[in-house]
This record gives sequence, C-alpha cells and structure tokens, in this order.
Amino acid sequence: MAREKSQNSVSPPILSDPRRPSPGEREWEETTLKPTLAKSAERSTLFTTVSGHPIRRLYTQADLTGWDADSDLGKPGEPPYTRGIHPTMYRGRLWTMRQFAGYGTAEDTNRRFRYLLSQGQTGLSVAFDLPTLMGYDSDHVLSEGEVGNCGVAISSLADMEALFAQIPLTDVTTSMTINSPAAPIWAMYLAVAEKQGASWQEISGTLQNDILKEYIAQKEYIYPPAPSMRLVTDTIEFAAKHTPKFNPISISGYHIREAGSTAIQEMAFTLRDGIEYVDHCVARGMDIDDFAPRLSFFFNAHNDFFEEIAKYRAARRLWYHVMRERFQAKTPRSWALRFHAQTAGCSLTAQQPYNNVIRTAVQALAAVMGGTQSLHTNSLDEAWALPTEAAATIALRTQQILAYESGVTNTADPFGGSYFVETLTNEVERGARDYIERIDALGGMVAAIERGFPQREIADAAYRYQLAADRQEKIIVGVNEFLTEEKPIETLQIDATVARRQADRLRSLRGERSNDEVQRRLSLLRKAAASHENTMPHIFEAVKAYATLGEICDALRDIFGTYEETTIT
Amino acid sequence: MSGRKIRVLIAKPGLDGHDRGAKVIARALRDAGMEVIYTGLRQTPEMIASAALQEDVDVIGLSILSGAHNTLCPRLMELLRAKGMSDVTVLIGGIIPEADIPGLKQVGIAEVFLPGTPTQAIVDFIRQRVAARQGA
Repeated sequence: MAREKSQNSVSPPILSDPRRPSPGEREWEETTLKPTLAKSAERSTLFTTVSGHPIRRLYTQADLTGWDADSDLGKPGEPPYTRGIHPTMYRGRLWTMRQFAGYGTAEDTNRRFRYLLSQGQTGLSVAFDLPTLMGYDSDHVLSEGEVGNCGVAISSLADMEALFAQIPLTDVTTSMTINSPAAPIWAMYLAVAEKQGASWQEISGTLQNDILKEYIAQKEYIYPPAPSMRLVTDTIEFAAKHTPKFNPISISGYHIREAGSTAIQEMAFTLRDGIEYVDHCVARGMDIDDFAPRLSFFFNAHNDFFEEIAKYRAARRLWYHVMRERFQAKTPRSWALRFHAQTAGCSLTAQQPYNNVIRTAVQALAAVMGGTQSLHTNSLDEAWALPTEAAATIALRTQQILAYESGVTNTADPFGGSYFVETLTNEVERGARDYIERIDALGGMVAAIERGFPQREIADAAYRYQLAADRQEKIIVGVNEFLTEEKPIETLQIDATVARRQADRLRSLRGERSNDEVQRRLSLLRKAAASHENTMPHIFEAVKAYATLGEICDALRDIFGTYEETTIT
Repeated sequence: MSGRKIRVLIAKPGLDGHDRGAKVIARALRDAGMEVIYTGLRQTPEMIASAALQEDVDVIGLSILSGAHNTLCPRLMELLRAKGMSDVTVLIGGIIPEADIPGLKQVGIAEVFLPGTPTQAIVDFIRQRVAARQGA
C-alpha cells in the first residue's frame, strides 16, 4: 500500500536548538529588563495564546537558530509557500468575499444571494438547513422544527433551480457547505448548470464534502466511515474528469476549532484528514497530480491574531512537504495549499453583540495577514440567531474596509521575517507534525476516529478553555468582565410557513414527475453503490429525474447502512 | 441535603450535531459532584422523556443550537407532564433568540442559559432548585 510505504517520509521537523541569547540580549536582560521587573512585575507569570500556547516576553534571532530564510520562508508563490501561494498576493487579486448565507425556502435565499451580489460580494456560499445536511426531505418526520432554520431547505432539483434563478452560474463561483449528502447536492448544482447552458468545463466553486471532520467535530454524518470515504473519492474522481475548475472538497478545520480544539489541533487534524483523502484517491489508482491541485482547505480565524497567522503559514509549509515528500506530487499546483477562512462563530458573544463587529474585524485581519484566498466574516447577531440583512451587510463591509482602506493588501506576507511570527509558525508546524505522527501510528484518521482520539483531544481542549474562562484566566469582554445592562437587539425571524410550503412543493413534485423513472434511477443507483462503480453518474441521473434528496440518501442508506457514534464526554 | 447525588440528563434533541456545549456542561456538572447521563446526539422528545423516567433524574439539560427549540421544548414538556414528571427541572442552553425566552418559560422551561454563561452559574442554579424541591 502506498500509505505504508510513504508513512515516514515527511521531512523532519525544523529543529530549534536550545535558545542561546546573544551577548547583546543578555546585557539587555541584566541592565534594562531586570530593574524594570524589580520595580513592577508583569501582569501575569504566564502569557498564553487563546489555545493555551505559551508566549515569551520577547523574540529575537536566538529563537530562530537553525531556521533558514531560503528553505523555511522562501518567496511568495514559491516553495515552501510560507509567504503565500501567489507571487503578487493581494496586489494581483483580492481574496474572494464569500458570505455564507441561507435560510427559509430557495426563493428566500435566492433573494439574499442577489442582494449580496448587488452589494459587491464576489462569490456565493450556500448554508443548507439541518434536514438537508442530514439527507432528509423537508417533510420527513425528523425535519419537524428544523426546516429552513439553519439554512435553506433543498429537497430536490426543483428547489436548486429556484435557488439559482436569475444567477448565471458561469458568472459566480459557489461554495456549498454540504457533507454527507454532498454528491446529490452537487449533482443538483451540475444539473442547474446544464439547464442554464453553462459548461461544466467553465463553472467553478467548492463542495465542502469533508466527512472526516463530521465524525471528528460537527457530527452531521449519515453512513459509516468506509462507504462515506468511498462517496468522497467518487466525487473527487468525477471532478477530475468532468469539472476541471471545481474544488470537489474543502478539507475543513473550521468545525474542529468551533468544537473547541486548539489552533495546532485544528491544523494538524485537518492536514491529516487531507492525507487520508489523498491515500484513498491514490489507492483507487488516481494520479496525485490529476486531483491534488483541486483539493482546497478551510480554516477558522479565531481571536488570537498572531497564532492564527502562524497557523496559516505553517499549514502551507507543512502541506507542501507532505505533498512533495509523502506523496511525490510533481506539479507545483499540487503543492500549494489554497484555503478559505471564516471568522470564529464560537468567539461571538450574546452579550454586548456590537463588540462582535470588532472581534470579527481582528479575526478577518489575521486571515488576510495569513494569506487567505477567500473569506467569510460573521455577523454581530449570530450568537442569537441567523443574521439580519443589516448585520450581514456590516460583516461584508468589514472585509471591504480591510481590502480597500487598511493598506494591508499592498505587500505579500507582511509579517514574514518577524522573529515572533516565524518562531510561532515553527512551533505550530512542529505541534502539528507530532499529531500527524501519532495519527499515522494509530493507522490513519479513520482508525483514529474509531478510537475517539481526535474527539477526545478536542473535548479536553474545550473543557480547559471553559475552565480558564470560568476562572477569568481568559477575559471575554462583556461576558466575564466589563459587563453592562443591555437592551435586546433585533433578530431575524424565520417565516413559520416555510415547512408547510416545502411540504406542499414536495407533494406536487411527486405528483408531476415520472415516478417510474425515479424508481428505475434509484434502483440503478443502489446497484452501483453495491458494486465498485462510481456512484456520481447514477446520482446525477436520479437528480435529473427529480428524485428527492431524501430518496437518494435512502437508496444509499439501504446499501451502506447508517452510523452511530460512541459518545465521548 | 439528602445523601443522593443530584441526577442530571444532558440531552441533544433534534438534528443538530454541535455538541461542544453539551459535553462541556456534562463534564462541569460531573466535576461538581452530580450524576450525569449524556444521551448522545439526535434524540426525539419521546426518547428524552423515556430516558429521564428510566434514569430517575432531577434535572434535564437540553442543548439546542439549531433554532428548533420552539418545536421541541413544548413537545418534551407535554410528554413529561403525561408521564407525571412535572417535578423534573428542565433547562435549556444554546442559540436562543431573546424573543423566544418568555414562551419557553411559559411551557415550563425553568431557565434559559445563553452563550457565555459560567458553568458555576448552572451548577448553582441546579443545586438551589433541587434543594428547594426537596424542601417543599
């Protein structure tokens, strides 16, 4: 197996020798620092990042012993991509401003999409409701109370057609946050493109399609890991053949971080998930350079400014080494880690919600300093509900102010060469390599998930953080310090008739379509799922016959079964 | 205080899989000396009510971040009443719009804990509430 052979071929971590301060630094400690500390102690004996990573008082050359500016830093657009994946970075092209949006019916969300595009947003990002994410139609018994609440309800191609009405798919790129039912939802998107006359060669976007992080963190899984990995591999293979500009997967640390992980865990588990997907594609016989250029990543942008910048830089450098050394990828496009970032939902506070605008701005700035390719900024009201249009507009404006007013886009990797940021980048990379080695030793990510390893590491980190906040070791403005009396803010109300309208639409759909054709397509899909055939073409045909999402997922449930996790608290 | 440990059922109703809060609360209540049973994900109100009856709990803590609370909470409270378990204290935490809080309290939810609540506040609330019930 390719996996065993390449297991240990990742290059050794950057070694930092024991810190040896220069004579000048020692003299500063004696003559300048010590007298100051004698007069007034520092605010704390230990300073740490939001992840609990210790931070020194001062970083100097002494922290970068053994670090090489050519091989560890390099230049933008060149290996190891620490400084970014494009030679000109934001001087050439700004990041894509891609606001995640979706609620109610397809028509409701279509209106929000067209509003956001009219306000200067440059890409779409679809939030689906929980029934859709779990592969249930809107009229399923388990969908009750959930239809259109957390996102838009999409039960069939008819809904997808309404979602993109008057939005030419050749003119926008669309990101879809969908995982277990990624294949049927993507098939619906491809069918809409076909109906619009948009060539599959031209359309572009991103499917989240990252099932591993669902088992690890977000828990929206349907099938067991093995058939789920097969579906992911099916979509990556289909994309490599038919949609050269589409990213069939967005390997996501975002949800891992939201579940309470540290920055190092977020990056490590995400890259190790990436390795797992590559292993599966290679095992199917795909050439690494045929699909690796279209793997994309998705990271959180949390509060700790420098730790986040270091995380993005370290992720790029580590992925470069993984692709080159572990997988022997040959084209530079396979080596470069492209990512989307979203500001940290878990950092938003229900208390004094306007403070969230400032948190989001700082987080977004870190993502930009870290060289993101695309960005979502959260809205100030999201600790209460889905965002109102007014709140979503401020979130978009935050990105526009960074892009057009702050001047941070004028040069690539502005913190490159900073003693602190380079040291932190090295430390984050080293921490991530340690985790990757531990997961390799467990037999890979699926095996590690089955043993609950990443889940336990994250739950421990989340609890440590809660205790630190409870003890006020970490100050959260407006929550455990600086409290004020407040008036409630206005929040978005989801129209209570959404579920009924969706149920009506499904009823008429089932009356109008050819149910014989649907059944024929579903049975062909079951047959393909039970064999080794790629399921995507069959899912596409079922979608075009207006089989519903629930029917397609049920057909796969028949063959694959469903998954129940062993709960770890 | 009686000798029996306070028994709490932490439950995740609905389709929502975001379990960070439920797990953190389960651990904090356990560290505070309570007996905690965590249901795991995707429980229907019926499953939660039966588990509460079977486990003979004093408190049910619901964690909902999906916006389905207005459907799920009244249903659970109705089932508890039908099973003669109206004395069980039911709490909810998660993403709950302020406008929904009075309605939830009206159907019998004892308290709504919003993001940012210190775990100690929940521990204290449960202790006071259970002590008051036992005193009554």
